[in-house]
Amino acid sequence: MLSIKNLQVKLEDEDKQILKGVNLEVEAGKVHAIMGPNGSGKSTLSYVLSGKGGYEVTGGSAHLDDIDLLDLEPEERAAAGLFLAFQYPVEIPGVGNMTFLRTAVNAQRKARGEDEMSAAEFLKVVRAKAKDLKIDAEMLKRPVNVGFSGGEKKRNEILQMAMLEPKMCILDETDSGLDVDAMKLVADGVNALRSEGRGFLVITHYQRLLDHIKPDIVHIMADGRIVKTGGPELALEVENNGYADILAEVA
Amino acid sequence: MADAVVKSDPTEALIASLAMPDATWAKPAREDALARVRTMGLPQRRDEYWKYTRPDTLTQIGAPKAAVLVTDEAPMFDAVDRLRIVFVDGVYDAEASDDLSLEGVTIERLAAASSDLHWATSVYGVLEARGQTPVARPLAAVNTAFATDGVLIHVTGKPNKPINLVYHHKSETSDAILHNCIKMDAGTEVTLLENGPAAARFNKVLEVEIADGAAFHHIRAQGRDHERRAATHIFSRLGAESEFHSFTMTVNGQLTRNDCVIELTGDDAIANVAGACVGDGDFHHDDTVFITHDAVNCRSRQVFKKVLRNGATGVFQGKILVKAGAQKTDGYQISQALLLDGDSQFLAKPELEIYADDVACSHGSTSGAIDEDALFYLRSRGVPEAEATNLLTLSFLAEAVEEIADEALREDMTVRLAAWLMRHRG
Repeated sequence: MLSIKNLQVKLEDEDKQILKGVNLEVEAGKVHAIMGPNGSGKSTLSYVLSGKGGYEVTGGSAHLDDIDLLDLEPEERAAAGLFLAFQYPVEIPGVGNMTFLRTAVNAQRKARGEDEMSAAEFLKVVRAKAKDLKIDAEMLKRPVNVGFSGGEKKRNEILQMAMLEPKMCILDETDSGLDVDAMKLVADGVNALRSEGRGFLVITHYQRLLDHIKPDIVHIMADGRIVKTGGPELALEVENNGYADILAEVA
Repeated sequence: MADAVVKSDPTEALIASLAMPDATWAKPAREDALARVRTMGLPQRRDEYWKYTRPDTLTQIGAPKAAVLVTDEAPMFDAVDRLRIVFVDGVYDAEASDDLSLEGVTIERLAAASSDLHWATSVYGVLEARGQTPVARPLAAVNTAFATDGVLIHVTGKPNKPINLVYHHKSETSDAILHNCIKMDAGTEVTLLENGPAAARFNKVLEVEIADGAAFHHIRAQGRDHERRAATHIFSRLGAESEFHSFTMTVNGQLTRNDCVIELTGDDAIANVAGACVGDGDFHHDDTVFITHDAVNCRSRQVFKKVLRNGATGVFQGKILVKAGAQKTDGYQISQALLLDGDSQFLAKPELEIYADDVACSHGSTSGAIDEDALFYLRSRGVPEAEATNLLTLSFLAEAVEEIADEALREDMTVRLAAWLMRHRG
């Protein structure tokens, strides 16, 4: 589903190479996790895949099914089925959360040549999905992420994911800033979306999120490359021994 | 041949070009105003409050030509049940206007008010004259001296619908001077709606005397004509526990100077003045606000937002003056510009002058571009760039638009601003 081949990326304004040849295949229905120390390039990978500015791809490719992601604008990538749950969801004062969600859902539908969702239908769907994530009517009315706690922001990300029903979900450090209960809620939301046709790439520092979102494959990223790939036990190894051992082993 | 060039005085030349109407009750006020004009002279570029805005096209004899915009857009406030008073190029249009009788107010036209002892003598030119210190506003004095018409509204109750002054612009060279006075008795409430470009050049004064416990609501849209010019003044004096709320939407207009001069003279009064403007290209918009706190425990808010592109210019000059003894003053002022490109500019001069020691006053002024992070966030959710930019632009304007208490009017303003953004995309 998501196919990344020898992806090389540098900062646009600086002569600094961040990704030095990333290879990764995420199959439909699978959850892949990427772990790695700070500065290893995990978040950069998620930004480059979703089309954030400030980066320059110097080599390699990234495809979602047969679509060349790197050729597309961010909104086209989204319409193609890619979703990034942000590590730091952006606050947008003055834009109501509902307006935002509905604009996004209908923009994607339009881009795919589908009919827009009616206001009534949208309201029904969003209420049901919000309820599962314990997002109340008040939170839906408020401006996007403004005044939301860390946990509320992350739940709001998952709500967007649930509404947009992407093929490929990337979660960038979704566990950061969450307490145990909030993490459980978010993980339940993610697990509810797991399905045959959907792939996940879960980026995290810590193993604990992976207790709740059980990965099929775990990758260790360091210095702009994936240096080790294994099963869920690899995450436990990191938890117990830190990254130093693994990095020493592959060096 | 021209061996003796006589350099004529521009102030006297302008005065000579205008005719003073001769209603008896207003005569002394008009004569006083004329004397003020002669003393002050017309605004000059060197005047402190005209540094950022060129006054010459506002003070020259005759209006510069301004094309009349033809649009099939629904008239402003069309959905509101209101009493309409229509002026076309500054001339009253009886045919298009509603009957002037309305429970809770008496409405007269300035040009028709002939009584010798008119109530409006306590307002007409009086608030304008008070508003001339410490900052001279010569165009307002010109207006008082030479206004050809306007409305005089005495509010004695709470009329069940707003009064709507509609200003049509139909002549490319019209030069209109209108003067409106509102006197609100204690405990009354009224909403004034104003819309339209009015003329090729429009000089307008609105004086509002608000007695104790009364509430004045004002919502204005200055029309969409690109080439029109306008110099408007609001002068208001507030009694105890009274309220003043004014919101102005400005889309287009080659030159707009909106002065708002407010004096809080009774305790516990509230004055909110807000504006949202959007300009593309040949657009110069100047909001000049002066709020004087001269009583205890009053609140004032100034919220001004400007969206500028293609070399448009925005100006904000806002002052809060807190007099000695005006304790517990709460003054807030924010002026912000969203510059959609590198050619546009925003010039801001926020001022606080405080002589009391127990006050809370804050002011902020920013200018910036669209937030790239927010833009990417929206795009990453599938919202196309142009639509995302519009959404963020509207969200920028929202803080000013939200000053409108009435939800339907607020929504209408937002829809019209959105329509402008759609027309002026990319």
